Amino acid sequence: MAAELGVIAVGVAAGILSGMLGVGGGTLFAPGLVIFLGATQLHAEATSLVAIVPTALVGAWRQQRYGNLRRSEGIELGALAAGGGIAGVAIANTVPEQVLRWTFAAFILFVAAQLVRRELRGSGGPIERGELG
Amino acid sequence: MPPVRRTFQLAVVGTAAGAFAGVFGVGGGIVIVPLLIVWLGYEEREATGTSLAAIVVISSFTAGLQALYGNVDWARGALIGIPAMAGAVIGTWLQQRVPVHWISLGFAALLVAIAISLVV
Repeated sequence: MAAELGVIAVGVAAGILSGMLGVGGGTLFAPGLVIFLGATQLHAEATSLVAIVPTALVGAWRQQRYGNLRRSEGIELGALAAGGGIAGVAIANTVPEQVLRWTFAAFILFVAAQLVRRELRGSGGPIERGELG
Repeated sequence: MPPVRRTFQLAVVGTAAGAFAGVFGVGGGIVIVPLLIVWLGYEEREATGTSLAAIVVISSFTAGLQALYGNVDWARGALIGIPAMAGAVIGTWLQQRVPVHWISLGFAALLVAIAISLVV
């Protein structure tokens, strides 16, 4: 039961980050399922994709209300991702579990680096506002 | 900008996002958002909003593929995805009102901690 509550908490936190930063859903879903429920990396990633659908749907709906959504271009972008998606899923199902987990760890380190970089050079970021000296 | 060139750009961004989504079980926002801003001239909030719309399509498709491989646990998907829907409403609301800098940096630190816990 405690594990299920942990997963629910991860869900809420991932949703908040996803809504605020435009990333975060999947980077937390999969580790949440691995760490709290002992899922394999492959099953956690597959299940994470299912959880991303409603999360992104809600986020997109809210962003549309705030006028931040170019819907037709977003859908076109999504449709044009099909080839990459097929290749990516095939790769995930081919490589050994350990390799997938390590690669995922490397991927979220890359995400962390991107977030830091975006903050350090972003408009109105900490540097422009003089917060980092 | 000619439409053909724009479609080509969207195809490149989409293919990269799809590959990340498939390999890592993520939406692909981390590649979509910066590329929309830098390459297609989006403003930041508009990039995150449009990225979410693309992610709906990308994750539906890749989740369907993973289901065909028999890897999806639907009950666990609901257990983590439904609370995330509530979180997303809160998150987009907050985005309009508070600066995200420290949240970004805190999230980055959290990801580093998770990466370590996954490999040790």
